[in-house]
Amino acid sequence: MSTVTNDDFKSYLTPFNIVTGLIIIAGLIVTVIRFTGGLGAVTNLDDNYPWGIWISFDLLCGVALAAGGYTTAAACYVFGFKKFHSAVRPAVLTAFLGYALVVLALHYDVGRPWRLPYPIFVQQGTTSLLFEVGLCVFLYLTVLFMEFLPTLFEWTGWRKLRDALVKMTLVLVIFGVVLSTLHQSSLGALYTIAPSKLHPLWYSAYLPVFFFVSSIAAGLSMVIFEGSLSHKYLHRMMDSEYNKNHDDVVLGFAKGCSWVLFGYFALKMIGLTYDNNWSYLASGFGAWFLVEMLCFVALPAFLYAVGARDKNFALIKWTAILTVLGIVVNRFNVSLVAFNYHLPSEDKYFPAIMEIIISVFIVTVGVVAFKFISTRMPVFFEHPDYKGQH
Amino acid sequence: MKRRSFLGLMGAAGAGLAAPAVAPVTARAAAKDFRGYHDTPGVLFDGTRCIGCRKCELACNKVNSLPEPEVPFDNLEILNSRRRTDSATFTVVNKFDTPTGPVYRKNQCNHCLEPACASSCFVSAFQKNSDSAVDYDETVCVGCRYCMIACPFEIPTYEYHKAFTPRVMKCTLCGPQMRSGELRLPGCVQECPMEAMIYGPRNELLNLARRRFAAFPGRYVEQIYGEHEMGGTSWLYISGTPFSQVGLREDLGTKSAPELTAGALAAVPVVVGVWPVLLGGIYAINKRKEKIAAQEQQQAVSAALAKANAEAKETLAATLAKAEESANRRVDNEVKKAVKEALAKKEEELKAAEASATDEEEGK
Ligand code: SF4
Ligand code: SF4
Repeated sequence: MSTVTNDDFKSYLTPFNIVTGLIIIAGLIVTVIRFTGGLGAVTNLDDNYPWGIWISFDLLCGVALAAGGYTTAAACYVFGFKKFHSAVRPAVLTAFLGYALVVLALHYDVGRPWRLPYPIFVQQGTTSLLFEVGLCVFLYLTVLFMEFLPTLFEWTGWRKLRDALVKMTLVLVIFGVVLSTLHQSSLGALYTIAPSKLHPLWYSAYLPVFFFVSSIAAGLSMVIFEGSLSHKYLHRMMDSEYNKNHDDVVLGFAKGCSWVLFGYFALKMIGLTYDNNWSYLASGFGAWFLVEMLCFVALPAFLYAVGARDKNFALIKWTAILTVLGIVVNRFNVSLVAFNYHLPSEDKYFPAIMEIIISVFIVTVGVVAFKFISTRMPVFFEHPDYKGQH
Repeated sequence: MKRRSFLGLMGAAGAGLAAPAVAPVTARAAAKDFRGYHDTPGVLFDGTRCIGCRKCELACNKVNSLPEPEVPFDNLEILNSRRRTDSATFTVVNKFDTPTGPVYRKNQCNHCLEPACASSCFVSAFQKNSDSAVDYDETVCVGCRYCMIACPFEIPTYEYHKAFTPRVMKCTLCGPQMRSGELRLPGCVQECPMEAMIYGPRNELLNLARRRFAAFPGRYVEQIYGEHEMGGTSWLYISGTPFSQVGLREDLGTKSAPELTAGALAAVPVVVGVWPVLLGGIYAINKRKEKIAAQEQQQAVSAALAKANAEAKETLAATLAKAEESANRRVDNEVKKAVKEALAKKEEELKAAEASATDEEEGK
């Protein structure tokens, strides 16, 4: 008997498991320090920088990158691109996990996490854009959960519940698009209250529009990016239907994303002209702004177009990575780099190592959960009992 | 007569303010029609009078029972470094070197008329009071610190080292102490040896400032900071040096925080109202397209079927006809054959009969 357990144990010691295991242990240790010593014990936050990478990365980037859920579902069910159908489940699962992790991350960031339901259930600050973000994220997480449930019920074999939920798909999808539009844009709108703190090149009354439009590009690129990752590592879980459509999805999304990025670029230029900020381009911040606009918006827009035209899948995948990176750069610029631009550099914020550990920890938890679910439940393949019934 | 309070001066006008026994009515800070701040109290800070003695800091520390500072209040060396408010310090005096010598300015919550902190808080933990104080309610605060992001004057601070009960900390305008009757004036105003601060109705303070401009030509930058900045504040500043040189930003604009976010908030009902209709419409169009396509397909199929049917029938008929013909022919042939056979038989019989007849004749 003992040899059997030993072998079992050995088979778990894959490099993947060792690394994730170490990260999770480190994360748990920092968790204990955070919740016993307060925010000051693990972060470099201060009175000038109340928001650090937990907001910039975990919340702002996390929500943008989880936009694949609503974009894919809308493309398939509302706009009738049926060939994207096979991409809906992985995208919905990613979005659901993404939002769940955003909420988890918020527990670390806010001072009294057990009061997170207060704005909804105790006292509403309806003049606050953060209230809108909170309410939408809460509702959308519920919607995503309901969109995900059929997958779970097919796995457990609860046909009646599953069928009832599948009937609601369209309503859920539309509800999801409304909620996503609202909170994706509100995340940008959060910063409209602080014109004196955000550098003029990034501050704009159009911030909500910028955040919303760029979230579409983020969502589409994440679907391509994850699709290719899963393709590589979870290939055995995919049925021929998924594989057959995969190329169509990638090409379609690349084309769509190219358009969105071109549109986003144009919008940013309109904003720049409208606020008459061209003169700032000559400064150091201006150079950085140009890097963001040219390398992370214009370039991927162009590369996507070429990739889609030439059916160059390798190029499309690299472009997806570039776009995702560009979204991260943009969110970091708005919330950290260009924020408090007037402060002397010694007062600027740089994340503490323990803050980074928590962010990595949360991403890792997401990857593990994704792997667990997608290797067990009908995510990349159609359940044999429910073929063609979506 | 001490003029640090207008109350004494104005008797009746200030009576209501001097007797805050009347429970202050909380006005919703960000309400669209927030009014009535013209005769609400405020403080006028005159930068030409401040000598940087830190007595106001000391008073604030006492009144609010804040922890002992690292550097005692009688140490003026600290004025050489720039400081900001923190969770144990609600007010600081900073020294600014100008061509005409050092200038001091006190910094604390400005108790904005339409506060960014109140407008940004998603649990409404901040309220603008009718006695001008912007109150903070720690019993609902979640600790998201959006108020700190929002405040244009960088005032709210946070107790980062408390694990379970961290609070946002800022000047209260001594609202609680004045409501309970413990204080008649804010602690800092009361203690200032130079009467650099005056407490009284805001519109009176504005008038007083203008009178000083007139009385001392050339002494002041003839502008009142806080009159319009970010929608106006209850603290007002006058100064002999441009405000930006004493750490007051002049690029804040006059839009209040609620105005800045009004556009984004107004978009909510639009999105909620328009999106479902639009998306539902697109869905319906697509469904209809699909349906029409399906119908067309069906029609095509049935037409093809009908055609195939007709063709089949034709072939059948042709085959049948052919079959009939051949059957007929076969019958014909059979008949012919039979007739022929019958004829042949008859002939044979006849021949046989003939033959036998001949035989009989010969045999006789
Ligand atoms: S100065 Fe800042 S903290 Fe004080 S009322 Fe205004 S916005 Fe609020
Ligand atoms: S930290 Fe507290 S007071 Fe400030 S916005 Fe958040 S909930 Fe409101």
